[in-house]
Amino acid sequence: MDSFDILISILGSTIRLSIPLIFTALAGLFSERAGIFDIGLEGKMLAAAFAAACTAHLTGSAWAGLCAGLGISLFFSLIHGFASITNRGNQIISGVALNFVAAGLTVVLGQAWFGQGGRTPQVTNDGRFAPIILPGADAMRDVPFIGPIYANVISGNNILTYIAFLAVPLSWWVLYRTRFGLRLRAVGENPGAVDTAGISVTFLRYRAVLVAGFLCGFSGTYLAIAQSAAFIKDMSAGKGYIALAALIFAKWKPVPVMFACLLFGFLDALANFMQGKAVPGIGEVPVQIFQALPYILTCILLAGFIGAANPPKAGGVPYTKER
Amino acid sequence: MSTASVPLPNWINYALLPLINLTLAFLVSGLVVWIIGENPWEALQLMLQGALGRGEGIGFTLFYATNFIFTGLSVAVAYHAGLFNIGSEGQAYVGGLGAALAALALDHYVPWYVTMPFAVLGAALFGAAWALIPALLQAKRGSHIVITTIMFNFIGAALMVYLLVNVFIVPGKMAPETRTFLEGGQLPKLDWLIAMFGGKLGPAPFNVSFLIALVMCVVVWVLIWRTKLGFEMRTMGLSRSAADYAGISYTRIVVITMLISGGLAGMMALNPVLGASARLQVEFVGGAGFVGIAVSLMGRNHPLGIIIAAILFGVLYQGGAELSFDMPNITRDMIVVIQGLVILFAGALEFMCRPMIVRAYQTFVKG
Repeated sequence: MDSFDILISILGSTIRLSIPLIFTALAGLFSERAGIFDIGLEGKMLAAAFAAACTAHLTGSAWAGLCAGLGISLFFSLIHGFASITNRGNQIISGVALNFVAAGLTVVLGQAWFGQGGRTPQVTNDGRFAPIILPGADAMRDVPFIGPIYANVISGNNILTYIAFLAVPLSWWVLYRTRFGLRLRAVGENPGAVDTAGISVTFLRYRAVLVAGFLCGFSGTYLAIAQSAAFIKDMSAGKGYIALAALIFAKWKPVPVMFACLLFGFLDALANFMQGKAVPGIGEVPVQIFQALPYILTCILLAGFIGAANPPKAGGVPYTKER
Repeated sequence: MSTASVPLPNWINYALLPLINLTLAFLVSGLVVWIIGENPWEALQLMLQGALGRGEGIGFTLFYATNFIFTGLSVAVAYHAGLFNIGSEGQAYVGGLGAALAALALDHYVPWYVTMPFAVLGAALFGAAWALIPALLQAKRGSHIVITTIMFNFIGAALMVYLLVNVFIVPGKMAPETRTFLEGGQLPKLDWLIAMFGGKLGPAPFNVSFLIALVMCVVVWVLIWRTKLGFEMRTMGLSRSAADYAGISYTRIVVITMLISGGLAGMMALNPVLGASARLQVEFVGGAGFVGIAVSLMGRNHPLGIIIAAILFGVLYQGGAELSFDMPNITRDMIVVIQGLVILFAGALEFMCRPMIVRAYQTFVKG
């Protein structure tokens, strides 16, 4: 394989590996911008993946799978909202708890229903989101440079991939150009001021966690029935935390979130590619370095060495109305 | 007056409310068991039978409990200073390195009781070292300790896999683990303790680390409630600004607290590494760091409560393993569900039932 083909193949897997991160990080973005920390992204993703795989297997419809994924993820969001908004519980603890519940429940139910060690049965092709060939992809294939990129990287992805990239400008527009977005950002900085303006902090925050649940539903569904064709135990494999890292890396802004996710996806793709290969002059790079790199970078960023990462001011603090 | 500010007596706050939350968690767990078509009552009986029925079951229960006492104490110590340490998992994992190094270096030459202090020290030092960077980042740079400790869990996992695969692996073997320690690097079992109560330990790996864990409970109790340092930690936990005004150095307390917390988490490694498998393996912590969060929450961050909660989780782990033999429909992952529900109800929804209790208290007790 010449180096251009390698580049194309790495870019292709970068896109595929970034999509769940983009959805999940945007989910975290809405929640944290409204002042609700969400460690439970991982759990919502996992639960959505399981529900999507089960439903797609039973109905044979990918769209029904998506609906189930969204539904369960929204339900988890409501629990998180109930604990951290209505009951003013500790948001971190609630998120950790939901991660546990999702990790355990998916395997227990999967085993009880399908008896395949926590996996779900393979979903048929109708139950998956198939690749979409964009117009002209085949015709362009022979154009030098641009052709292969268009045909193999931009075209040939499934619909959820395109939705993810649409969700980025849409999130930007919602956050910065709508009244809801303005208020959502305000409630994460100074809920008291929002309350004084006569706007319900509770209702705003609930809507924010629901948006987060909605987006996590997409990422879970993508994992189960777009990237693969079944649910596998613990298939989110820490992606929720990587998304959290990407969110911090992007300093809680939508467009940088996309680039951070692409970067982390690229590292992942590179790690897969580099496995067992030697770099000229350096030797074999341990694959664990690539795996740890997003977390290390995030820590360095958090320490303020590459610019300050300031989270929303009211993040993690339950709002108590003055009596 | 709203119900939130009504003071309640201690027996309600520290016994009744946690008990209600725990019951709710178990009720929901029972519901899950029922949904997958098994009898929850029967499952509960099988579980208790498996965990407490025979000497061997008790041995396993206490073996698991030992892990959870260490990680529970680790979370609790940090919690008293207002720090939420999610990194016990990673600190215990890296702590295993310190314990294993001591055993690998000494097991040829000396008996276990000489190795043990070095292993304890090594485990604590390595665990503390893994907590030091998040602590410094929190104290000096204001990075949120929850996020950094999560990141360090993953970095620690990557580091340990690298070391086990590339450095410690026994040449010619496939499994990423160190060589098996000789007798001088193994902690002896406590079969005599079980025999005192007329049971037989059998193959259960219940060992001396349990006693170390109990000693650490006393040490932590003294530290938190009987020393100046503990007082300063609790002050900072209650109000950082009050601590600032009292001249308590934020940096100093954060760093010391996290070192202690990481050290306790690291010491957990003694139990599985030197006490059970006699070698350092991949993922030997197995989530005990996260169980520590539940244990600390349920035990109200008090050593005595932590022992009780750790034994309860030990029962869940051992009973759950037995249960999955008898009811193949219920996998061991059911434990993870129960754990999550306990964390949810005892932690995040801690005060859900409080208004109700306050009303009942005002009606029935105060009249």
